[in-house]
Amino acid sequence: MTPPTPSTAAPLEVTDESTEKQTASPSSKGNESRSPGQLAWRRFKRDRTGVASAIIVILFFVIGLAAPLIAKLYGKDPYTTYGLNTPGLLGDNGFPAKPNGGIDSEFWFGIDPQLGRDVFSFLLYAIRNSLLISTAITLLVMIFGVVIGITAGYIGGKTDWFLGRVIDILLAFPQQLFFVAFTPVILSLFVPANEDTPTWIVVVSLITLLVVFGWASIARLLRGQVLALREREFIEAAKVTGASPARIIFKELLPNLWTPILIQGTLLLPAMVTTEAGLAFIGVGMQDPTPDWGVMLGYAAGFYQNDITFLLFPGITMVIFVLAFNLLGDSLRDALDPKTKR
Amino acid sequence: MLRFLVRRFIGAAITLLIISAITFMLFYAVPRDPARIACGKVCTPETLEVIRHNMGISDPLPVQYWHWLEAIFVGRDYSGFGHCDAPCLGYSFVNREPVLATVWDRFPTTASLAIGSSVVFLIFGIGTGMLAAVKQGKALDKIASSGSLIASSMQIYFVGPVALYFLVYQTHLLDQPSYTPFSENPGAWFNGLLVPWLVLALIWTANYTRMTRSQLVESLTEDYVRTARAKGLSRRNVFFRFAWRGAMGPIVTIFGLDMGVLLGGAMITEKTFSLQGLGMLSVKSVFSNDLPMLLGVMVITAAFVVFSNIIVDACYALIDPRIRLA
Repeated sequence: MTPPTPSTAAPLEVTDESTEKQTASPSSKGNESRSPGQLAWRRFKRDRTGVASAIIVILFFVIGLAAPLIAKLYGKDPYTTYGLNTPGLLGDNGFPAKPNGGIDSEFWFGIDPQLGRDVFSFLLYAIRNSLLISTAITLLVMIFGVVIGITAGYIGGKTDWFLGRVIDILLAFPQQLFFVAFTPVILSLFVPANEDTPTWIVVVSLITLLVVFGWASIARLLRGQVLALREREFIEAAKVTGASPARIIFKELLPNLWTPILIQGTLLLPAMVTTEAGLAFIGVGMQDPTPDWGVMLGYAAGFYQNDITFLLFPGITMVIFVLAFNLLGDSLRDALDPKTKR
Repeated sequence: MLRFLVRRFIGAAITLLIISAITFMLFYAVPRDPARIACGKVCTPETLEVIRHNMGISDPLPVQYWHWLEAIFVGRDYSGFGHCDAPCLGYSFVNREPVLATVWDRFPTTASLAIGSSVVFLIFGIGTGMLAAVKQGKALDKIASSGSLIASSMQIYFVGPVALYFLVYQTHLLDQPSYTPFSENPGAWFNGLLVPWLVLALIWTANYTRMTRSQLVESLTEDYVRTARAKGLSRRNVFFRFAWRGAMGPIVTIFGLDMGVLLGGAMITEKTFSLQGLGMLSVKSVFSNDLPMLLGVMVITAAFVVFSNIIVDACYALIDPRIRLA
């Protein structure tokens, strides 16, 4: 079994049977032992900023998942051009006739310029799509990064050397430029020139690109962690008892790596949200009329001189989300890894 | 030092070779018809034939890559288009111009943007970070820390338009962003770039504040700082000559990386403020499917990143004498 390790990475989930028994046995005595996960949870609950930001983040995900339901209750959809269908909503210059971007009891966040779509339902679906794509990218990046990092660190030797060079080169690439430059190449694989690209192909190529160039830094970090753990006594003990490499990786190494994995994951997700939105803003990511945070910001940036309200809704919600997620990441790190000083 | 530089330059050359080779392969092997893509959206069959011939599409891919490499040193003739002089990074069939000519045309804008904003964010970032570290735990520290957290959650594509709206279009406090060459009119150069500098710096300052603070907090607890104080050196002396110097190393490293990235073109910033730098050049090349141009810009950007790394490592040794260049 794993003793209470003095490592920098305190295990969050210990899968040893002994600890599970401890967790399972409900004891209300004051001196019962707690698993590191329980300790981290207790520390986290005491951190008010952390709990508040966790609630905000969860709220965003709930809004994203329930977007169709909310839009249905609200009675509008993000695609209908209300402003064009109903005369009088948009002025002659194409901007909302009412002040503040056309906010009223019918259109809670107003309507967008030129087309007159409903901003509130567009934003709901934008949050939904952006979060779905970014979560998918984050999960895939973490899976690839963790698997490759652990493999490189644990196997070592030539594999490690080879993977190390691949990581070096990937990190030397100008990433943002790569995302932008490879989009037409990947799209040309699926779609002949001069034809419209279906949305799902854009999504797939976006996810592919960000994952292919995203895993390297995670893998490098985990490789380092594994190198440090590999020489520890409990791994040697497991080897001596004849444990298979798979058992050592999943039962011995992985429980000790959950902390860095979780922390990196919480740093990565907001970064992916902003990267994805940035690509859409430049015009190489998701395209109008697919609702997306970046699409909204890009569209709004064309009209901000006359209609700043339209820009503020996607902008401020995004700042709140990213800020809350960053704060959550900080609190999570404090809770999981109390020895780090900031 | 010389041995270090020689070794690092060889390493950089190899990295660039690999990056250009991978990019080349991906650009010219993955698409079904790279000549058709390089020809651009509007393309006549005759032009396409000439481009096919010029790109040497019928040759095997390694030969094509070899010709591209060769052109960097001896130049290359593009029949029907013109000659591309010695450091030739390819020829843009869309612009009908050598890639490098366009890049040099756009580079001053990007460089002005990068240098100006880095001056602002270094001064403010390191300054606030130092204040926060000295006043650790006090109100000033808390304001600086939470302020930098909020600023680092902002995005240029949101803050940029908002800043323009309030500073330029509503109040007319500052000038509309534009680029005037420094040699033509330094005043106009400064005024035109002030808003982009400030917005770009706002977001980057946050990182430097946080980094400076945490580095300084750490180095202020080092033994050598305590020893220096115990010897009777003044606080100010110890702070600047010992703690600060020890903390600067990692910051210089990050700054070098950031500078490499910024010189490669800040696409979102340039788009937000409609400046025509390297970033907008690559965005436009994506829309016009200008593969030779993209390849050139990518190699140049990678070169900035790789070489600024070398410069940083060399500077590191000057700042922190404990580091030996091996």
